Amino acid sequence: MVAVSRSHTARGGSLPPAAPGRPAGPRGLTIAGIALRTPYWVFSGSVGLIFLAPLLWTAVASVGPRAGTNQVDGWGFGNYETLANYQAGIWRYLANTAFVALLAVVLTLLISLLGGYAFARFRFPGKNILFLVTLAILMVPYATLLIPLYVLLNQVGLENSLVGVALVLTMFQLPFSTFLMRISFEAVPREMDEAAMVDGCSTFSALWRVLLPAVKPGLITVGLFAFLTAWNDFMAPLILINDSERMTLPLAVSNLRGQVQGVVDYGATEAGVVVLALPCIVLFLLLQRHYVRGFMSGAMKG
Amino acid sequence: MRVTAPSRPPSAAMRDRARPRGRQALLGWLYATPTAVFVAALFAVPLLLVIKMSVSRWPLLTGDQGINAPDNFVKAVNHRFFTDSVVFTVKYTVLATVLLLALGLGLALLVQESSRWNNLLRASFLIPSALGLASASLLFYVLYSPYASPLASVMDRLGVSFLGSPTAALISTTFLIVWRYAGFYMVLMLVGLQGIPADVFEAARADGASRWQTFRKITLPLLRPTLALTTVLCVTGSLLAFEQFYILTKGGPDNSTITVVQLIYMVAFQGQNDLGVAAALSVIVLLALVLINALQLRAFRSEES
Repeated sequence: MVAVSRSHTARGGSLPPAAPGRPAGPRGLTIAGIALRTPYWVFSGSVGLIFLAPLLWTAVASVGPRAGTNQVDGWGFGNYETLANYQAGIWRYLANTAFVALLAVVLTLLISLLGGYAFARFRFPGKNILFLVTLAILMVPYATLLIPLYVLLNQVGLENSLVGVALVLTMFQLPFSTFLMRISFEAVPREMDEAAMVDGCSTFSALWRVLLPAVKPGLITVGLFAFLTAWNDFMAPLILINDSERMTLPLAVSNLRGQVQGVVDYGATEAGVVVLALPCIVLFLLLQRHYVRGFMSGAMKG
Repeated sequence: MRVTAPSRPPSAAMRDRARPRGRQALLGWLYATPTAVFVAALFAVPLLLVIKMSVSRWPLLTGDQGINAPDNFVKAVNHRFFTDSVVFTVKYTVLATVLLLALGLGLALLVQESSRWNNLLRASFLIPSALGLASASLLFYVLYSPYASPLASVMDRLGVSFLGSPTAALISTTFLIVWRYAGFYMVLMLVGLQGIPADVFEAARADGASRWQTFRKITLPLLRPTLALTTVLCVTGSLLAFEQFYILTKGGPDNSTITVVQLIYMVAFQGQNDLGVAAALSVIVLLALVLINALQLRAFRSEES
């Protein structure tokens, strides 16, 4: 399955080059050809703009002047100053969010690497049941699990803890990442690790030296999705964290709206959205190929 | 797994000699242990606990006060927002699913051909999906506000507001969701379209089928597996909607946009502080979701045969 998507993503990063729906008539850059295609360009271009406009507007408005914000006239970073000084300060919230995201990424990568290897290469009792139960996480609503998790984490002393949030987010990430790592390992020819083991490698050094490079694209996809989910997650910290020192950024920006006597500081909210969105958009643009592949492997499952 | 079976014999024999069965099972479990620990501790145990909580008196602050079944379920169903939230969630789910699937397929058809322009378009459709749902909701919270919105003057003149009436709030929130997720469904649709062999279309064209006929008689039927997958995903996601309404409408105006998950959150942590009733609601949602998905899969499967 991975092989299929890989061949398509090798070039340009995106999707199938095939165009079965549309007759592929000759349409060179003749004047008639351009005239014929112009409505299409105009239409599709404006649809694309609808998707980009809210983001662009927010980025521009966050540094623009508006009454009732810290940036009343002229252009500048007043709104970002408000954001920086909100309660525990933006650096605190950024650090909290980064901590949760990185811990979740590391744990997700580690668990799904080992788990994917186990599911793809070994036969052991209970294997299919464990795999199915892992996938079943997808079927259970977020809220259904967060309420008992709130109670459980309190019992083990992880109340109000960023580690607890990271653990929970890792668990929610497991169905996708275990599935993706399993098919990544299955796409690697068995001869590779068998040759290594004939040469005297243990199963672990075969994994580490031979298989790891082969499943690297899968790991990048898993890590990217784990990061995006953990960085942006709202509901888990909302329920599991109630100390303003330990809030993550999405929660802090959301709370910031009701700051002063119910008057909403829209400028600071815009700045918050920019800070939240920027790393995600940068990662998306850098790793678009892996991002699309993650969606595609999801679709293959059906 | 099955696929590799026919080519196994020679290498498999070698491997089995190198790693006897018992040792292989042991190693397999060793590598699967982290997965098993996480699934057991953070999924299986909470799942059992939520069932126990749903039949126990369990206030937020004092914890377990003993079995009280079936009080929590009675209270959950009799909650003054229960029926309203179920009706609203279903309404929202139908609206979001229809729009997202139609638009996802439309966008996929629009950018199906691979060209530099279309790659650019695909990327711009997909960028919103890199944002978190909370970030996207906050973004539209500003966009929809009567004070800060770039459309404020237009709204003022027309006398409408994005979140002012129940219908407007529903439509505005759905627009946010469509903006955030359309690219995601476009990719899934593109994968489905890619799976349709090109010669089917060529045959249709040779027979003189119009574009519409081709779409109705070939594309849609052959896209059924993709449509099944996207419907299940979209229905599940929409039934569990929370962030968008929590941030954008806060359940208002007049409590008209409370979803089921929001109700769970309210019962558990806002005012009522009753984890038992919240757990009962969660169990109801879980059962409903399993049932709905089973029905959907069966419907798509029986249509196929």
